[in-house]
Amino acid sequence: MSTMTMNGEFGAKKPIDRSITTSKPVAEAVAEPVKETKMENAAAVAVGTPIGEKLGALGRAVLPPVLGLLILLGIWYVATHKGGSIPGPAQTWDAAVALFSDPFYRNGPNDQGIGWNVLSSLQRVGIGFGFAALVGIPLGFILGRSAFLAAMVNPIISLLRPVSPLAWLPIGLLVFKKADPAATYTIFICSIWPMIMNTAQGVQRVPQDYLNVARVLALSEWKVVTKILFPAVLPYMLTGIRLSIGTAWLVIVAAEMLTGGVGIGFWVWDEWNNLKVEHIIIAIFVIGIVGLLLEQALLLIARRFSYGNS
Amino acid sequence: MSRTLLKVEGAGMSFDTKKGKFIALRDIDLTIAEGEFVTLIGHSGCGKSTLLNLIAGLTLPTAGALICDGREIAGPGPERAVVFQNHSLLPWLTCLENVLLAVERVFGRKEGKTKLKARSEAALEMVHMDHAMHKYPHEISGGMKQRVGIARAFAMEPKILLMDEPFGALDALTRASLQDELNGVMEKTGATVVMVTHDVDEAVLLSDRIVMMTNGPAATIGEILDVKLARPRDRLQLAHDKDFVDCRAALLEFLYQKQVRKAA
Repeated sequence: MSTMTMNGEFGAKKPIDRSITTSKPVAEAVAEPVKETKMENAAAVAVGTPIGEKLGALGRAVLPPVLGLLILLGIWYVATHKGGSIPGPAQTWDAAVALFSDPFYRNGPNDQGIGWNVLSSLQRVGIGFGFAALVGIPLGFILGRSAFLAAMVNPIISLLRPVSPLAWLPIGLLVFKKADPAATYTIFICSIWPMIMNTAQGVQRVPQDYLNVARVLALSEWKVVTKILFPAVLPYMLTGIRLSIGTAWLVIVAAEMLTGGVGIGFWVWDEWNNLKVEHIIIAIFVIGIVGLLLEQALLLIARRFSYGNS
Repeated sequence: MSRTLLKVEGAGMSFDTKKGKFIALRDIDLTIAEGEFVTLIGHSGCGKSTLLNLIAGLTLPTAGALICDGREIAGPGPERAVVFQNHSLLPWLTCLENVLLAVERVFGRKEGKTKLKARSEAALEMVHMDHAMHKYPHEISGGMKQRVGIARAFAMEPKILLMDEPFGALDALTRASLQDELNGVMEKTGATVVMVTHDVDEAVLLSDRIVMMTNGPAATIGEILDVKLARPRDRLQLAHDKDFVDCRAALLEFLYQKQVRKAA
């Protein structure tokens, strides 16, 4: 039902946003490994100092973000305390307490707890993303190993990558005849590009030294892949995965607004139709927190697999 | 001397660049006997590493031929093990696993797992790295990494061992201890070695013959010096040995008088 009401304005605005967000992560991917090592160094310095200094360091680490959040809340409060259509922090908090006291209720297909909505969005992201990994990572390996194939496929990727994943949604609806797989398929499309490109780049950047070792030992192609290429490419692959998940989480909200059903994106739109603006603000926070958790989890995995380089 | 193991016949190497053909090496003729320790020395850019890569088979010559043990070198192979300048240990494998990867490749078909592991451990023991077998490369020092690199190469029992400035990245004291280590290993195994270096003392201390290369481009062999010092060699005694001092002087003369580096 909500799908009908918003199609007009939504379709006009959204693609512009999306093209910006999809093109950015690729450039970021290149710079990422450097950034991470710097962060680790900083952490290494912090360890091994006396307790007093440690507390000071902790304070310096915690204080700025807390202050930032407080200022954000302050601005929000000042902007809304005279009344108007946007609820203030206190109102939103009350609504959130009510909402999260029963996150897993079911009153029919269009009225379910926020927990269900988040979980079904995550499920779609998981499935679409899983298929993208299944296709994208091997494809990235092949493109990284073969200059000919890379030259063949790269123009196609360059052409399709900047396209908003939502532009593929109608084709998904046409092929799958159902909203749910169409949304999943949109996630597949948007996840696959960073995965292919980062994997291919990782393969191309495997240090020549390691490949020379493989050549001198005359290792079999299987050993080259398992003992040298895969571990060397893994950090790049994980960066690709992290960027994909990030993009997928951005796209799922928009896709669900279009397809309806159960999901956080649909929920946002449904609450707009119900004019429960405080729920929309809660949804924004929930989407942000889930995205943050996904990113942090993948960063944690990536750190586990980054090797000392020298 | 014993039989010929490696023969380089009129080898040359040129690269196509934007400015046309660049000749790195020309007319290299060299014969290396089994059990010999030969050093290639010259200023940087003289093509000594290029020559070593040709012997390794990592690059193929654009002129002439290289023959190892009766067969033309057409590519790299484990019978010509390489110790790389920057050790090139795989960071995701422990020291033992790094050595084992090479050992498995060479002996894996004939020998069982325990034998392969024993071989790898013996190689690490030989370079006194048995205490760090299960450490990862980033957990050990640069000198230790190079020891593991040497152990990996020796464990393959190659016909010829190629070393590309193996101690170039190490500090002087670590370098000296590794040179002594290498001398000890040489005496135990009697391996054939070709080593690239730019360190005069290192060349005289370790080599049977020193191949001095002229400056590039179009570098070639300038002179070959026989080092007739008895083994085992001791660096403290040699410091005052007349033959050692003469060899050293001959090298210095070649490098700093005959092949002066033009405005480097």
